[in-house]
Amino acid sequence: MNLYEGNKGDRIRIKEVAIEGVMRRRLLDLGFVPGAVVDVLKKSPLGDPIAFRVSHTTIALRKEESIKITGELIQDDNE
Amino acid sequence: MTTNEVYRIALAGNPNTGKSTLFNALTGLKQHTGNWAGKTVSLAEGSVHYKKNTYRLIDLPGTYSLYSNSTDEEVARNYIVFEKPHVTLVVLDATSLERNLNLALQVMEMTSNVIVCVNLIDEAKKRGIEIDELKLMRQLGVPVLKISARNKTGFPALLDTIDRMIRGEISTSPYAIQYNDETEGKISQLVPNVKKLVGDRFPSRWIALRLLDGDTSLLDEIQKRMHQEEESTWNTVQKTSGSHLENF
Repeated sequence: MNLYEGNKGDRIRIKEVAIEGVMRRRLLDLGFVPGAVVDVLKKSPLGDPIAFRVSHTTIALRKEESIKITGELIQDDNE
Repeated sequence: MTTNEVYRIALAGNPNTGKSTLFNALTGLKQHTGNWAGKTVSLAEGSVHYKKNTYRLIDLPGTYSLYSNSTDEEVARNYIVFEKPHVTLVVLDATSLERNLNLALQVMEMTSNVIVCVNLIDEAKKRGIEIDELKLMRQLGVPVLKISARNKTGFPALLDTIDRMIRGEISTSPYAIQYNDETEGKISQLVPNVKKLVGDRFPSRWIALRLLDGDTSLLDEIQKRMHQEEESTWNTVQKTSGSHLENF
């Protein structure tokens, strides 16, 4: 799945960031790195942008970017 | 021992790490500190006197990275690489080290004269965060100091560390990130050629990495700077040969 497909409350472990150039660098700097776990916090009324929690900070991504970041849903054992 | 010298100390750090607060506390200047992105756009400068020496502090723009090519990041990056400050202080937010260490590692790839200041240590304590600075120091290979810029704690140790680094009493061995075999192979291919072109003026491994990154803005900047250098050498040559002709 990609981050754009995430639903509110999902936890996703990032596998790949299929974006090149400066935007890739920016996303990596913000914490969207392979292996990182992000939480889907909020979706805007039309589903774009989406707010994620990544390394203790809230970052909203547009569909253009979130659709290119793929990962896997992880089950929270604590729940 | 050197006396009455002026040394340049650059302050780097993420936005909202208290970098400008530290700058103001040390220099006594009332540079306004704000709370939004891109607050520190131009470079603020101020002086501190310590043990007969003068430190000129340069407050670089607050950035998360040095590679995303926004103006702020370019200003900070260019200062560290091209102006070569005697010491670069990297100010980290003790309450979010994970995010902040990204910049510290980037700076450590560019220069070995780095001191890491873990700021907001009082705030971290309130939230139950303990920072083991000795462990951090061992892992990073550069001095790590805990400070609170707001409460002005940890300053004597910081100034003393700056002093000792300038006098060459501290030798650092900054942690160098090892990339995968493919990247490392390409780096070792590029480094000799980079060295041939820029000599010891700029860190060659770092430039090789930027080349692999496809960072064209950096290449333009290097070209511009080397061109200026050439021109000034050429002018001196012309001047000297001119005077020779007169003598003749």
